[in-house]
Amino acid sequence: MLGEGILKGLAETARNFFLSYVSAERLTTVEYPERRIAPIEAARVFPFLVYDGPDWAAGLRCVSCQICEKECPPKCIFIEKSKDKKPDALGKPQFYPARFDIDISVCMSCQICVEVCPFEAIKMDSVYELSTTDRFGGLLLDRQQLAKPNTYYKEIHPTEAAKVDARLAAEKAKAEAKATAAAAAATGGV
Amino acid sequence: MIKTMDQIFVLLQHWLVSFLPAGLRPAVSVLLSVVVIICLFPALFALTTVFERKGLARIQNRLGPNRTGPFGFLQPIADGIKSLTKEDIVPASADAAVHFLAPIVLVVAVFMGFAVLPMGRNMVLADMDAGLLFFFAMGASTELSVFMAGWSSRNKYSLLGAMRAVAQMISYEVPLLMSSVAVVMITGSLNLTRIVEAQNQYTLGFPHWYIFTPWGFAGFVMYAIAATAETNRSPFDLPEGESELVAGYHTEYSGFKFALFFLGEYLAMFSISGVGTTLFLGGWSAPFSWLGWVPSWIWFFSKMFLSIFVFIWLRGTLPRLRQDQLMNFAWKFVLPLTLLNLMVTALWRFLGEGWERWVYCSAILVLAYVGMGLLGMRGGNLGPRRYRYAE
Repeated sequence: MLGEGILKGLAETARNFFLSYVSAERLTTVEYPERRIAPIEAARVFPFLVYDGPDWAAGLRCVSCQICEKECPPKCIFIEKSKDKKPDALGKPQFYPARFDIDISVCMSCQICVEVCPFEAIKMDSVYELSTTDRFGGLLLDRQQLAKPNTYYKEIHPTEAAKVDARLAAEKAKAEAKATAAAAAATGGV
Repeated sequence: MIKTMDQIFVLLQHWLVSFLPAGLRPAVSVLLSVVVIICLFPALFALTTVFERKGLARIQNRLGPNRTGPFGFLQPIADGIKSLTKEDIVPASADAAVHFLAPIVLVVAVFMGFAVLPMGRNMVLADMDAGLLFFFAMGASTELSVFMAGWSSRNKYSLLGAMRAVAQMISYEVPLLMSSVAVVMITGSLNLTRIVEAQNQYTLGFPHWYIFTPWGFAGFVMYAIAATAETNRSPFDLPEGESELVAGYHTEYSGFKFALFFLGEYLAMFSISGVGTTLFLGGWSAPFSWLGWVPSWIWFFSKMFLSIFVFIWLRGTLPRLRQDQLMNFAWKFVLPLTLLNLMVTALWRFLGEGWERWVYCSAILVLAYVGMGLLGMRGGNLGPRRYRYAE
């Protein structure tokens, strides 16, 4: 019958109209500033730099290899390599970033920097309230603003962080085993 | 007391005018009515925008605006301040004079329509003998302003929107007029006041509204379809289809000129609902004889708002038509049915009182509707469309 579908549609919208006043679970809107949804593990906004230990400057995992800077499609990462070397988590002397800036007004949250990083040093953050009154300086984050502890990373992405920690621990164990083997070989040689 | 409440605005006007010398009275009394219309309907427009946004939100299980003022009812004030303070941009290549005139022509033409609308007993600004004709003449001149806006903007979206608008409005003007002609045939008058008075009679407490007759019901449905298309409301909002044409003919308008277009659109909706109410829903007459003590203007405005609510309900329900569907619907379905309705109306008139005319007229209209429906849906490809991309 002609017009049947229109009447069905009208009935459906009328039901929505009236029931939305009756049942609260129909309304999916979360009124944001007062209420917010629980943090979502898979959420990603902008990258941050992971550091181990209590001191951010000493514990940054980044070794300034500049792969992320080269891979970044919109070119929002700026890295200045250090002249000297500092020991990393495994005790190996490494370069460190003298400057590490991310312009989050340019960043498109593609996560490519995270994918290419061989040192698990850069990860995606889930903080989204980043508005500022200064659109140039305020949106250019330096390495101190970007540095966040590994505990924070575990908090926001627990599953992913557990895998990363396991991998790093395995690498460290391997390195230590190699070092002891080398030491044993050295002592054996003497 | 009942009489006083019914006539309160008329009495107020007479009282205000009585302070003036006799020579000035007619002119000032008209001026007063004009000022009231010009203030009242934009105020109702502001109210309608917030009700529409909240209603549409509820239809989609959302909350709608609720931040400005109590329950968001100060939203139109915020919108008004915003559109007043926006920069008025005129494209460099636009025809500046026509671009400037288009919104003014629209609002003026739409306001003129209210002059003949009987909003209550004795509450009509110009009680013209050819009131209905005047109303449709004014309604048709809005097409001019729409095309002025689209043409003068020198923007392809504006021009496409205006061309669609003109094609649509001219197509649907035919069924709009044809469905109201049925009322004129029965009443024998183009005067809107007399049309209301003809419906303001009661049998066993029920009113003689034209919607309660077979031809009146069919006419009302057709009038409602044509009115929706005439005011460019969804599902006939092709002229401003925002997903296709940015904003249609008012793409290049900003600030207060855009607000005027918005206002004109809603005022057209009010006036066309008002005329629909007058023609088919008994205008300011009460729905039952025992409700006659309620002031007549309350009935008129509640019926008008009921029509507005249906407009909003339709907007929240139906998707936009395609241009060819729109044209086919107007010329192949609505127009033949309105023509048939005219014949049925004539039959109704000449069958005289009695039950036969109810049976014959209803049977003809129902058969025609079902037959046209079967004929139109014969093609069969009405199910979900299969998309074939690069197969």
